Amino acid sequence: MSKKKLTPAIIKLVLGCIALAVAVIFAVMLGRFLNGEIPVKSPYRSGSLLFRYVFWLALSGIAALLLLGLGLREMIKSSKFNGMAKANGIELKEEKSHRLQDFFKKIGHGFVNFFKAIGREAKDIVMTFIHGDWKTKISYLVMGFGCFARGQILRGILFLLFEIVFIGYMVIQGGYWLSMLPSLGINEQLTNQYDPVTDSYIKVPGDNSFKILLYGVLTIFFIIAFLYTWRVNIKQNRIAEEILKSGKKLRSGKQDLHSLVDDQFHKTLLALPMTGIVIFTVMPIVFMILVAFTGYDGAHNGMNKLFHWEGLTHFNEILNWSSGTKSYSATFGEILVWTLIWAVFATFSNYFLGILVAMGINKKGIKLKKLWRTVLVMTIAIPQFISLMFVSKMFAKDGLINLFLLNHNIIQLGGELPFWEDPVWARVTVIIINIWIGIPYLMLIATGILMNIPADLYESAKIDGASGWKQFSKITLPYMLFITGPYLLTSFIGNMNNFNVIFLLTGGGPTNAAGSSAAGNAGYTDLLITWLYKITMGEEAKYYMASVIGIMVFVVVGVIALIVYNVLPSVKNEEDFQ
Amino acid sequence: MSKQDITYGTQKRHMGMRAAKTLSNTAVYIILAVISVIWLIPFVFIVLESFRCECHYQVGYIIPQKWGFTNYIELFQKTDFPKWYLNTFIIALFTAVIQTFIVLCMSYTLSRFRFKMRKALMQFMLILGFFPGMLTMIILYRVLKDIGLTQEHAVPGLILVYVASSGMGYYVSKGFFDTIPKSLDEAARIDGATRAQVLFRIILPLAKPIVIYTILTAFMAPWGDFVFAKYISFGASAGMNVAVGLNSFLSLDQIMNKYTLFCAGGVVVAIPVVILFLCLQRYYVEGVTGGAVKG
Repeated sequence: MSKKKLTPAIIKLVLGCIALAVAVIFAVMLGRFLNGEIPVKSPYRSGSLLFRYVFWLALSGIAALLLLGLGLREMIKSSKFNGMAKANGIELKEEKSHRLQDFFKKIGHGFVNFFKAIGREAKDIVMTFIHGDWKTKISYLVMGFGCFARGQILRGILFLLFEIVFIGYMVIQGGYWLSMLPSLGINEQLTNQYDPVTDSYIKVPGDNSFKILLYGVLTIFFIIAFLYTWRVNIKQNRIAEEILKSGKKLRSGKQDLHSLVDDQFHKTLLALPMTGIVIFTVMPIVFMILVAFTGYDGAHNGMNKLFHWEGLTHFNEILNWSSGTKSYSATFGEILVWTLIWAVFATFSNYFLGILVAMGINKKGIKLKKLWRTVLVMTIAIPQFISLMFVSKMFAKDGLINLFLLNHNIIQLGGELPFWEDPVWARVTVIIINIWIGIPYLMLIATGILMNIPADLYESAKIDGASGWKQFSKITLPYMLFITGPYLLTSFIGNMNNFNVIFLLTGGGPTNAAGSSAAGNAGYTDLLITWLYKITMGEEAKYYMASVIGIMVFVVVGVIALIVYNVLPSVKNEEDFQ
Repeated sequence: MSKQDITYGTQKRHMGMRAAKTLSNTAVYIILAVISVIWLIPFVFIVLESFRCECHYQVGYIIPQKWGFTNYIELFQKTDFPKWYLNTFIIALFTAVIQTFIVLCMSYTLSRFRFKMRKALMQFMLILGFFPGMLTMIILYRVLKDIGLTQEHAVPGLILVYVASSGMGYYVSKGFFDTIPKSLDEAARIDGATRAQVLFRIILPLAKPIVIYTILTAFMAPWGDFVFAKYISFGASAGMNVAVGLNSFLSLDQIMNKYTLFCAGGVVVAIPVVILFLCLQRYYVEGVTGGAVKG
């Protein structure tokens, strides 16, 4: 394609790199500032300085992401590869200049549509009641009555059973949990109460905040499910009436069952997986989000001591800057910056080095391809915890490497290399070991994709006299980026939450030498996710803090994903692969 | 220029190119050799350390001074390792079966059916994935504890936790199902097959590679899981898996007597997994590359 198109891309890339550099500078400044290496004259100034650093860091970071993304996108579009992609029927979507705007519009439309839908439903419910016959009308109170009356016994039984169970549960249990939810318990457990019957001191159990919150959430889910079922029940009455009016027959119970393996088969298939997800993921997440607004911790575990709603206090604790020791906001800022730095390095170093290794193995004239590949693949097979723990001990102060160097008098006693003791050493070592862990995967992925690049692209490039580097930057890299864009995003998010590598290598350490001035016992290599773990396992076990951090992780990941999805060219159209 | 000169010139150029090629190939060979050594060395070390009998703590040399199987014997006779091994094996077996079933249900449905909430469902699960899974651990632990599925009885609890949310990992196999032409389904439907028959008679036989990939990854994951197993077994040795158990060998108070035992345990864990993996390597590679391409 023409060169004209490439220049704006290059300008954007260059600007993006500059923005990235600025962002890194501010990140470093911020880190130094948080470490207290930049002297602050007054506490008032400290807040504004922090604000300034964070502001510029965010601004330059977003600018870098946007510019680099757009630049890459344009480069890919203008490179030779695009023509080939078109020939293969994959077409890059025409660039929409207002994709982010569109996104916000979509959210707006979503809201409007949501309320419209509620209005429609309400209208439908009322209209069905007015126009429906007496069978339908009774169904409003006794679910499934219409089904019984019209001969659909199976459906009727299911509806009625559900209603009975629901009412029974609400009367016996649900009402209590729901009524306690606003206070999370009133009666504290009493110890050392005199019991005249047995003439001894006993414990009198009080309310249990944990159970109230848990069952309160469950009850709310149950109510929503009931409302939905009630609505379905009414809709079915209307549909049944319409079918009968048009002179057709209703489905029998047998036909209903048969449809579950035929045209309603997806419901059968989804039933089990979705139940698992709702019970073990959705409800726990809702619960944990609510915990962020309470005072649930190790001391106030709900049983021995009640906890209560505390509103936004804990969010304040993390977001409002305070420079004191053990302040969560300072520690949070520091760890967030390191988490992002780690994720960038871990993702991109693996990515590019993995591609290079794959290219080396795939190079024409290289023999024993299978051997090289098997050596690397074998390291994937060995469970990660073994290699991580072993390597962690290998680099320890009294580990293989230091002892070996001592034995050969390369270093002196007391002069051991501080792989895990020095913050900078630890961070660099972690990143390098992660390369060792990650390259085999990337090699596998890249090999598969490299083999798919049509050879005639390279042939024609050679005839045009393109050098090896040019071939790489103009054909291989754009192709790889185009195909693996979504993968890069997922692996970035995966690295942000890479618990195993950090925890098994360093345990988050080294911790601050000056008697751990970081909150939650955080160390220099702690990611947000390992910090979260430490907070829940520590003596104080501040579950609410862990929950706030979890929500923060969600926000950060969500923002990054949003930007990337809206900027990167995507091949995610599922129908393309048919 | 005479004709001879031209031939000479091209010859020279050819020779130059060939020389350059040999040179670059040699460089690649050297790099690959170095990489292979770096990647294999730690594993060679583990094996060598596991046969070292003169002492149980870390030393500064690699070749053992006294060879023997004492570490392995001690591992199986004096520690809870056999129990951990059995635990992990049971967990892996159940997880592999149930998780494969769930993932296939989910991915097949999302790939083949076009129902009303489909897109919304997929987006919802994508967003759900942004939450760190560890957060749910806090409440799951307390609930499982109330039911009595933690500490010594952690095995069923762990299976439940691994399996329950596995439906969210449908991406790779959905990508595979997307590549099976829909015309196959339609032809069978015209012949009168129900949806269920289409799945069991036509799609599943074609999906063998992805089924094997799913079983393999589901089986391997519990061998490496650390954090969930640690949380749920919570210090009770009888409920640990190999990762948590062997990690306890490296704690400050045990490492002096158990370091070489850890290496022996690592070897015992790795061997069956590696053999299984190498046998099924083809399917794994297919799954990983396919998954990355289709996101």
